[in-house]
Amino acid sequence: MTSPIYFSSPADLDHANEVQRTLQREHPTRIRGYVAVNPNHTTHAVAEIARGAEAGMIGVKLAASRRATDPLLDPVCDAAQRHGMPVLQHIWQHRRREFSGQEASDAPELCALAERHPEVNFLLAHIAGGGDWLHSLHAVRDVANVYVDLSGSGVDGGLLEACLAAAGAERLLWGCDLTIDTGWAKLRRLEYLLPAADLELIRWRNAARIFPAGSFPDE
Amino acid sequence: MRIDVNAFVGAYPWRKVPATGPNDLVTAMDRLAIDTAWVTHLPSVFWRDPGEGNRFLYELAAREPRCRPVVSVHPGLLHWEEIVDEATRLGAAAVRADPTFYGIAADGGEMRALARQCGDAGIPLAMSMRFEDGRQRHPNDRAEELPPWAVRALVRSDPRVRILVTHADRAFIEEVHFGSTPSEAARIWWDICWVWGPPEDHLETLLGTIGAERFVFGTGQPLRLPENAFAKLDLLDLDTAVREAIDAGNAMKLSENRSR
Repeated sequence: MTSPIYFSSPADLDHANEVQRTLQREHPTRIRGYVAVNPNHTTHAVAEIARGAEAGMIGVKLAASRRATDPLLDPVCDAAQRHGMPVLQHIWQHRRREFSGQEASDAPELCALAERHPEVNFLLAHIAGGGDWLHSLHAVRDVANVYVDLSGSGVDGGLLEACLAAAGAERLLWGCDLTIDTGWAKLRRLEYLLPAADLELIRWRNAARIFPAGSFPDE
Repeated sequence: MRIDVNAFVGAYPWRKVPATGPNDLVTAMDRLAIDTAWVTHLPSVFWRDPGEGNRFLYELAAREPRCRPVVSVHPGLLHWEEIVDEATRLGAAAVRADPTFYGIAADGGEMRALARQCGDAGIPLAMSMRFEDGRQRHPNDRAEELPPWAVRALVRSDPRVRILVTHADRAFIEEVHFGSTPSEAARIWWDICWVWGPPEDHLETLLGTIGAERFVFGTGQPLRLPENAFAKLDLLDLDTAVREAIDAGNAMKLSENRSR
């Protein structure tokens, strides 16, 4: 790596995406890759999305290189739409200030982007990744093309119930992020909370619906 | 056998938490195969006299012996020693203090006096590093997190005091453990509720570096999903004896009464 994590250079992104494509080739039934892009480099980002789509990558990953409300995200979202990809946006729950090392966005900022691009599905990542998740859940409640990714190290009692109340089982996606144990814990709790049909939505059916056709071999 | 050393009953003041009643706790224990829970009365952590919630815990234990009280002591209030005596006499699992929530110095004279009294009485002193992720706390929820130097100071304040620290993360645990003598470190137990599991696996690292005998099963329920404590252990390839020690054996050693 020759650039900061959240402000990745095109060269670093080329390398990272190639690693992803290699992983996907080596594990064709188990791993699918997101194309990571930096919206500050529009031409590169749009080309990299096309390259990823051609190689079978299934989504666009936006970390924190540019605020979600910025017009520079529009060509990225347009490219995602052309390839039928959802956009995963790394979110700081209730961002009250700037943070060094990133240009973070919060849920209302993501929702503003989602409302500009109603044909694109967005993943709010990661609702349990730190910060005031209640603030985020209020923001996403009425924005139908924003899905809530349950991953993150947080395992707060009441988080899952609040997610279900705000987004419904139809707009929740299961994930782990950095901590597999917290992801598994949430799945175990969901098995207790939900009927089987709703659990299936969160485990995989919602994902199968919003990612490109054929993304999941067994669907 | 499984002992959850870190369970709560009662409402949390800063956000809605489901299933905070005593019956909810027992239901969760049944569902998850937890035999015994060491229970704190959560609301009283935030009261000016946190000891006023202790009666609730003794009454709960009388109805449901699987719930052992962790009674609160504010060592800045006169006659606090009586609470420690009562806890010892009535078989409480531990006494706890949350000095940053009481507005007293976590490593100050009052807390050191409490540590000495716990050492004398042979009852563990329990403290929580935190209750919630600092990034999500209510804007008016401003009590400091328990600092690691307080644990080091308290374990040094009496050669017999045994301390249970809950909700600590890897960095905190390492700072206290390696900043203590071996005999001091051997009197500190850590619950696993805030230690990350795989793939970074802070827990596996700590079990190797600090020793499995220092860790006890704790969930932080219902503030935290109890399933998480199970998941991080289930994802490790633990020897049966080690798993049993973390699940219950270490907590049983911690709760042995060693008073003079």
